Amino acid sequence: MTTQLKDKPPLGKIIVITSGKGGVGKTTSAAAISAGLAKLGHKTVVIDFDVGLRNLDMIMGCERRVVFDFINVIQGDARLKQALIKDKRLETLFVLPTSQTRDKDALTKEGVEAVLNELKEEFDYIICDSPAGIERGAQLAMYFADEAVVVTNPEVSSVRDSDRVLGLLASKTHRAEKGASEPVRPRVLITRHDQGRIDKGEMMTVEDVLEILAVPLLGIVPESQAVLRASNVGVPVILDEPSAAGKAYEDAVARLTGEDVEMKIESEKRPGFIQRIFGRSA
Amino acid sequence: MSLFGFSLKARRPKSAQTAKDRLQLLLAHERSAGSETPDYLPQLQYDLIAVIRKYMNVSDDDVEIKMERDDDVSSLEINIEMPATSKARPAKR
Repeated sequence: MTTQLKDKPPLGKIIVITSGKGGVGKTTSAAAISAGLAKLGHKTVVIDFDVGLRNLDMIMGCERRVVFDFINVIQGDARLKQALIKDKRLETLFVLPTSQTRDKDALTKEGVEAVLNELKEEFDYIICDSPAGIERGAQLAMYFADEAVVVTNPEVSSVRDSDRVLGLLASKTHRAEKGASEPVRPRVLITRHDQGRIDKGEMMTVEDVLEILAVPLLGIVPESQAVLRASNVGVPVILDEPSAAGKAYEDAVARLTGEDVEMKIESEKRPGFIQRIFGRSA
Repeated sequence: MSLFGFSLKARRPKSAQTAKDRLQLLLAHERSAGSETPDYLPQLQYDLIAVIRKYMNVSDDDVEIKMERDDDVSSLEINIEMPATSKARPAKR
């Protein structure tokens, strides 16, 4: 019904959005990236792995439509088709919410694998929104991944935790344990980037962070007022009013799909008086 | 769009209000159910299918349950895809 390209088998690529540290923008990024992929026409599903602390549904704006969840599917109480929530804005976007009432023990490796395998049959991209920390939920979110987006703020504890997570990606994943020819492909997404503070020497630069983590860069998302606004109204920032953050996510999404997009540092310039009168061109 | 700077400014308090409204609605539901989202839904679904099967030939995939929560009312929508008439068992009425 929704897949027009019937001849082409789905890509079935699993991408985990992870970070170790909380509050760095994992869910914001998972929502924006999945919406961006869907906007390009790729059939995309985004899964909330944060059992007991469900929030992806709010960021995606579908919190009132949750009936069955990931855990119901794992435990056989509902079928996957019933738990998937179809986005009202994009035909190709689906959300698999998690349970608000169960705890992380409800996630089993076998259950997660079965659900992911079923999703691979139908979706091009499967985005796993990891919980913070490195416990069971986070481990299972990354375990079956093909690629990883490590969300990092240019700040000491975030960079340190990202380094720890990169270590886990290289050792505690299916690809690592099975000795796959290609390990999980990690890339860093720097969020809450503030050029003003970097210029004043108050914040580590992108180069600083990359030098420490030694992984390729997926994108640079500026600190932006648009992110709070988008979460307030339950719209992924990429689908909300045009913003520097939205643009940065669009570029990151293009890179995820293999496009070679020049790395730019977007920044949210507050429009000056003259610009406000004559309008902005972005 | 040409006065983007102004329009954004005017809209800013509105999105905060939207956030508050969404949270109040959601939390009212979560708290009233004793922090339980309806856990009876899977069982309800089994029972429904069992009842419907007494009268017609439906598979598990033919029953779809949707919920929509709103300020005043919540609705539970149950869609049952009817089998083709030729395959349907005669309803005993």
